[in-house]
Formats: sequence, C-alpha cells, structure tokens
Amino acid sequence: MTRPVLLLCQVLVAVVVIGLWHLLTTVPVFGRILLPPFFFSNPWDVGSQIYSWFASGIIWKHLGITLLESVLAFVIGSTLGVLIGFWFARQPRLAAIFDPYVKMANALPRVVLAPIFALWLGLGIWSKVALGVTLVFFIVFFNVYQGVKEVSPTVLANGRMLGMSERQLMRHVFWPSALSWMFSSLHTAVGFAVVGAVVGEYLGSAAGLGYVIQQAEGTFDVAGVFAGMFVLSAFVIAIDILVTMVEKRLLVWKPVASEGRS
Amino acid sequence: MQAGGAAASMAVALDDATVAFGIADNRIYTAVEKATLRVADGEFVAIVGPTGCGKSTLLNVAAGLLAPASGAVRIFGQPLGGLNAQAGYLFQADALFPWKTALDNVAIGLEIAGIARDAALARAQDWLTSVGLGAFAGRYPHMLSGGQRKRVGLAQVLIRNPKILLMDEPFGPLDAQTRQVMGNLLLDLWSRDRKAVLFVTHDLEEAIALADRVVIMSAGPGSRIIGDWKVPLPRPRDIFEVRLDKEFHALHREIWSVLKDEVMKGYAQSAGMGAAS
Repeated sequence: MTRPVLLLCQVLVAVVVIGLWHLLTTVPVFGRILLPPFFFSNPWDVGSQIYSWFASGIIWKHLGITLLESVLAFVIGSTLGVLIGFWFARQPRLAAIFDPYVKMANALPRVVLAPIFALWLGLGIWSKVALGVTLVFFIVFFNVYQGVKEVSPTVLANGRMLGMSERQLMRHVFWPSALSWMFSSLHTAVGFAVVGAVVGEYLGSAAGLGYVIQQAEGTFDVAGVFAGMFVLSAFVIAIDILVTMVEKRLLVWKPVASEGRS
Repeated sequence: MQAGGAAASMAVALDDATVAFGIADNRIYTAVEKATLRVADGEFVAIVGPTGCGKSTLLNVAAGLLAPASGAVRIFGQPLGGLNAQAGYLFQADALFPWKTALDNVAIGLEIAGIARDAALARAQDWLTSVGLGAFAGRYPHMLSGGQRKRVGLAQVLIRNPKILLMDEPFGPLDAQTRQVMGNLLLDLWSRDRKAVLFVTHDLEEAIALADRVVIMSAGPGSRIIGDWKVPLPRPRDIFEVRLDKEFHALHREIWSVLKDEVMKGYAQSAGMGAAS
C-alpha cells in the first residue's frame, strides 16, 4: 500500500466513526435516538468546545502543566532507573538482596500511591511528578539492568583485549549497551510519564488536562470530557512523534528490523 | 616432534598447561591436558583439531582470558598474570562494538591508550584503507557484510601493533571464496612486520596454506597436542595457488592421516554423549 492510499484509509476510518457518532446522536432511528447526547454528546459540541478552549487560550496553561509534569517524571524516573539499574547489574549481591522488594514495589498498582503522594507533596505538580516517576522508573530500571547483564561476552572480551580498563569498559561497552535498551523502551516510558501526570491530576489538582477532564465530568459536561480526551490523545501522539524522531537519531547504529525489545 | 627453542626467547610458551572447568554436579571437565606449545617471534603457527577439542581454550590461555589449572604460560619469557597486553585477539564471533562506526571501532584501541582523537581517527582511516574498506568508514557493523566485519576486526586489532596475534577461527563463518581472500589479506598484512601468530582453525587446508607450523590436537576431553609439522612451502604464498602445490598435497595427506582418527573419535564421542543424554 502506498503512503497516500494508507493515509486516505486512515482518514476514512476517522470520517466513518465521527459520521456514525453524529448520525446516532442526532438522527432518530425507529423513533428514538440510539446514543442520547446527554451521555454521548455529539461531534459538533465536542469540536466547538475544543475550538473555544484554543480560541480563548485556556487550554494552553493546562497543556503546559501536564507537559511539565510528564517531562519531569520522565527525566527523574529514567535518570534514577539508569543509575540504579546500572548499579544493581554491576553488583549482583546487592541486586539479590533487593530483588523481592523491587518485585513487590513493581507489582503494586501505582494508582494507590496517588493519595499518599498528594498528602506528602501537596496538590501541586510534584505529587503528579512522583506518581509518574514510580511508573517510569521501573520500566527503565528493568531495561537497563537487562541491558548491562546481557552485554555480549565476546564484545566484552574484545574490549578487555583491546586494553580497556574497568572505567573504559563502563564508558565504551556497558553504558552504550544499557542506553540502547533504555531507548528501546522510550515509547513506553514516555507514555507512562503522561499517564502518571494525567491520573495524578485527575485524582486531585487545580490544573492540567486530567483536571480539565475531571472538572467536566463533575458537572456532567460530557462534551467537555470528550474534548479533553481528544486533546489528550493529540498531545500523546505529538509526543510520540517527537520520541520517534529522537530515537531515529540515537539508534542509528541499530539494524532496522530490530527484534521487539520494548 | 616438538619444534624446540629456549622458552625464554619465545613469543608464547605454554608448558604442561592443563585447563579444567567446573561443570554441573561438582564434576570437573578437563578441556586441555598438559599442552606444551611454543611460538617463536615472527612465527605463524596454526592449531588444528576436531570440533570441541579445546583449541579455543588454548588460545584463551595464551590471551590471559583463562588461567590454566596447572602449568606455566610465558610471554616473551615473562610469566603471564592476567591479560596478555602484548597480544591482539581476533574472535570467531562478531566482536565489533555495534554502536560505533567502522572508523570508531578501529580507532578505539588507540583512543583508550590515550592518543588524541584526531590522530587516532587519521590512523584508523589508514588502516581501514589497507584492509580495503577506506570508503566504509561511516558504516555501522550491521551495515557491513560478514567479510567486511572481519576486515574491520583485523584493522581494530592490528592498529595497536600487538607483538602477538591470536586468532580464533576468524574466518570460520565466511563463505569459501571470502575465506581465501581474507587469508591472502592476512598473509599480506603479516608479511609487513611478521608478528608471532597463533591461528586456530578446523580447516587443515587453511592451516597449511597460511602457517609456518601446523599443530594437531587430539579429540577432547583432555585434549593433548599430538603432532607438530613444519610447512616447507616458500613465502610469499598465494592461498589460491599454494593449494595446487605437490608438497602441499603430500603434507596434507600426511597430517590428515593423523587428524582423521581424531575427527572420528570426536564424532563418536559427541554421538555417544547425545545417546547418553
């Protein structure tokens, strides 16, 4: 399938779905409307809601807050994940001691931590950042840990035979290997950073996309909820495109048909 | 049979080296038993033996990647403790750093030795040119063919100018034609400064065509060195043509008569192990 055709088909799906949505919420079938607008709103209302948000500029503040929280969560979470993952991989004894606790912490649904973070860190951005960090950290941590553990023994021996000291092995062998694993989980990690921010906002805040959706829901403003969801989706897609661009630059040395490692 | 010489002047001298590994159930697997091997400075020695006979183990001992359970290893007369800093090692498997370009892969050996990056890159470019890959400096290893990767590996090892070159079936994964081309390239590079070479292969023809001496190992476990032949063929050699030489055939027949039994033993053993497990 050529690119234009593919694009056309993708647009067609959106047109059909929105068209159906419009018909079912406005045109009665056998005397009744199948999707009552009270519960399902309609495309027109949602569109005008989004338009008014952008026209008045209210939404930029919320988008900015969510973006800031996501970025902070991603940066802090992946920094911690890389450092601790690296450390554990090089210190098997330490890793063995902490193993059950790491598994325990990872198994915990992170949403239950949101109220605790709100208590500890207040309703500002930091409670959301903390929630995002707990999500991002484990993804990056496990990937980096694996990456350092699974450095090819031949490449490692080659480094040694070429005269690398332990520090040089770190820099030229372990570090690039760990980073490549981290970048292969980049999409997931960034996605989770956004999830952490939005869920945190939803559960208690005064700004951000999660807050907007929660407010609309509180007043039974279904159009507002849908509009919030659409803006959030567009936001996530924009970030994902950015991540893909960064990834292409950083992983230029990797074969294109790389094995699914995320 | 042992090609003699005082151990002190030898590039590599293994004396009664025994290598053993602990395997499952606290048993000990003896890979190589009492191997005595000498490689003179400037000599090209090939080790040939059946699959799983511990050829690579012996090479790893000379490299200092493995310590023998007993016996002595001396490099230019000095007992070897730790890695052999005088040696360059060309591995059988892909050993290039996949995240570095061909140029950076070659330059790394100089960079970590403290040579300025610009100077290191310039010399690496020269080396890439002399292995015939001058135009491929910016490629990453996955963009190169198997033969090209071996060339980069060769440049990566030789740029450090090691006094000893250890090669573990370096051309094993390549197709027959590429192996011959690589063999000629290796001989060409080697003839410039005649390093001591220890070359492991399972291919007897390759061994005779390349080496000054061919050493035969018995089937494992507990492999020993069971034969040592000088190769009287004149240098410089062309790998394509040397195989047509009468002397080459005579020597091949003579060595093969010894090696064949070991190869059969090796097969019988691995078949037996397969049946037992």
